[in-house]
Order: sequence, then structure tokens, then C-alpha cells
Amino acid sequence: MKNIRAIGHRSVDAVWRLGYAARFFLMTLFYSGTSFRRFRLTVREMFFTGVMSLIIILVAGTFVGMVLGLQGYETLKRYGSESALGSLVALSLVRELGPVLAALLFASRAGSAMTAEIGLMKATEQIDAMEIMAVNPIARVVAPRFWAGVISMPLLAALFSAMGVFGGYVVGVVLIGVDEGSFWSQMQSAVDFQHDIMNGVIKSVVFGVAVTAISLFEGYDAPPTAEGVSGATTRTVVESSLAILILDFILTAFMFRGS
Amino acid sequence: MERTTLDLWVGAFVVAGLAALVILAMKVGNLSTYNVSDTYQLDAYFTNIGGLKPKASIKSAGVLVGRVTGITLDTNRYEAKVTMSIDQRYKFPKDTFASILTSGLLGEQYIGLSPGAEDKMLKNGDELKHTQSAMVLENLIGKFLYSKASESGNSK
Repeated sequence: MKNIRAIGHRSVDAVWRLGYAARFFLMTLFYSGTSFRRFRLTVREMFFTGVMSLIIILVAGTFVGMVLGLQGYETLKRYGSESALGSLVALSLVRELGPVLAALLFASRAGSAMTAEIGLMKATEQIDAMEIMAVNPIARVVAPRFWAGVISMPLLAALFSAMGVFGGYVVGVVLIGVDEGSFWSQMQSAVDFQHDIMNGVIKSVVFGVAVTAISLFEGYDAPPTAEGVSGATTRTVVESSLAILILDFILTAFMFRGS
Repeated sequence: MERTTLDLWVGAFVVAGLAALVILAMKVGNLSTYNVSDTYQLDAYFTNIGGLKPKASIKSAGVLVGRVTGITLDTNRYEAKVTMSIDQRYKFPKDTFASILTSGLLGEQYIGLSPGAEDKMLKNGDELKHTQSAMVLENLIGKFLYSKASESGNSK
């Protein structure tokens, strides 16, 4: 009996939280005027979310591209089509790996930091203090971080893909010795600007919205204790990673079906 | 003072991100080779297009001259109607021959144009009269097996 009651309580709680999250997301959009009128606030947050994530994105992108070059070469060699290495590396990066891996790294690097920061602000009653001073904390704290994340994410994904292609080039052409001309020309004939690159950008914008919305909500909703903040940070990483992968499947099904 | 260095970093980040996008578009994607010059439309009817897809290339003497823009089934003739857009710079005679070819043994299919000898040139909206359909491997194998079977039947 007790167990059944616990299950019911949990499900009601989950629905209640989802509604609160939706209201929080709409409030963020509603009060985001400030983050564009006082663009300095957004720029400041872009420094902490975007610029500080640059190194991990660049290094990870290069190595993912190098692994793709190596593994792709080993597999394509069996079919005697090493010249298709360029299109393999570029297509997998631009369509899937660039947006998805950049978003996963962004969630664990910047998303968790955002949650911890806002959770601690709440625990140390800075959010309450703002409300007392008649400053709307959503407009002042949450919305600039949201837009900074949404703007940074596609830029980071593009950098990831570009570094990945460079890594694939280094391993494929410079180290292994695939023909350079066919590497680039096969890549260019396979990758379409609108179909592949723009869809990748759209994907990364969607991931940016999802990751920052989850991180901000988890931080804002965290119980104001040390345990509460640490739990919220963990939930941010788990929930955003799952959201990215599920959204990726849905978006891919819409974008690349039947082509 | 602190703020200006921060702005500089963010600016550099945005520039780098946009530059990466431009590099992807130009070097990785096909935007640099994108056909921005004027094109004219031609139609051709094929009894079987095999695996031809929209955006497949159209080549003449191996040079890319255009792209397939649309493939539909014409229910009056029950043949595939392939619409092609050809670069305005390239003109072809009226009796140009269009055939669906395959690049390599298992590669992509494309349309090859071999020009005829007539003096009149094709205009926008014209139809190519002489076409050759794609070779479908299954049909070839079927024919081969059929002829083998009839051979062995005759020899008995």
C-alpha cells in the first residue's frame, strides 16, 4: 500500500514539476527583453558559457575527427573506396557528431556550472535579495544566461565540425596519404549547404535551447542546501544528455528521412 | 578595463564561430561550386531511370553542365519525366542524346549528354527526343539467365 502511494506521489510530483518548468521557460522568454536591451549582461554570460568552453570543444573536435579519419579509412579500405573518406568524415560531423557531441560537452561544461551558480545564488539568498530590491531575478539572472547559451551553441558546434574536418584531414591525408584532391572534392560533392550544414545548425540551436533551459530550471528549482545544489547539478547533466539524444533522433527523423 | 578584455574575448569567439561556419560552407560544402549562373530547363523522357535522384549531375564529355531538378511519372506515357536545368553557357544541338550512366561500377547515377550534329540549338523548355534508359542490373542478370536456360534447353 505504502509503495503504491509512493508511486502515485512521485508521478504527481513529476507532472507538477513539468508544469512549473514550462511556466519558468515561458517566463524566461517573456522577460528576455532586458537581455537584449542591456546586451552587456548577455555578453558577460557568453564569456563564461561560450568562450570558456572553447578549449574543450576545439580539442575534442580535433580528436573526434582524427578517430573518424582512422576508423573510416580502415573500413573503407576493405571496399577500395578510401577516396570517400572526406565525405564520410564531413557528413558524419556536420550532420550528427558536431551538434550532438558539442551539445553534450556544453551540457557538462557550461550547463552544470550554470545550475551550480544559480543554485548557490538561491542558497545564499541572493535571488531573494533581488526580489526585495524589486529586481526581477528571471530578467536579470536567468534570461541573459539563456540567450548566451542559445547563441553560443551553434557557434561551438560549427567550430567542433570545422576542427573535426581538420583532424580527419590531418590523419587521412597527411599521415595515411589519401589523395588530397579526391578527399576535398568527394567531400564537396557529398555535403550540401542547405540540406546538411543548415540542418546541423538548426539542430544545435534546438540543443542549445534544451540544454540551457534544463540547466537554468534545475538551478532555479534546486533545494537551497549543499545537497540540493549537488543533486541539481547531477540532474542537469543526466537530463540534458538524454534530452539531446532523444531530440537528435526526432530531428534526424524529420530532416534526413527519404533522402 | 576588465569589461573590454571580456568583450574582446566574446567578439573573438563569435568571429571564430562564424568563420568556422563559412569554412564549412565553402570548403566542406558545395556553396563555392554552387551554380549561381543562369540556367535553362530541358525535359527528357526515360522508360526507366534506375536509381537516378534529384540533384544528380548532368555531364557532357565529363564536364558538369547542370543538375536534375525534378523527376515525375508522366501518366500519359507511363514514362519518367526528368527535368534538368543546364547552365546557360552551354548550348546543345536539337538531336542531343541523353543517357543515364553510372560513375564507376556501383557509383551514383548521372545523365550523360552526347551532342548531335544538328545546327538548331535546344531552348528553354525543349524536350530531348533521344534518350537511353538506365541499365538495371537485375534485368541484365535475368536476361542472361534466361538465355543460358534456353541454350541448355536447346542442346538437350
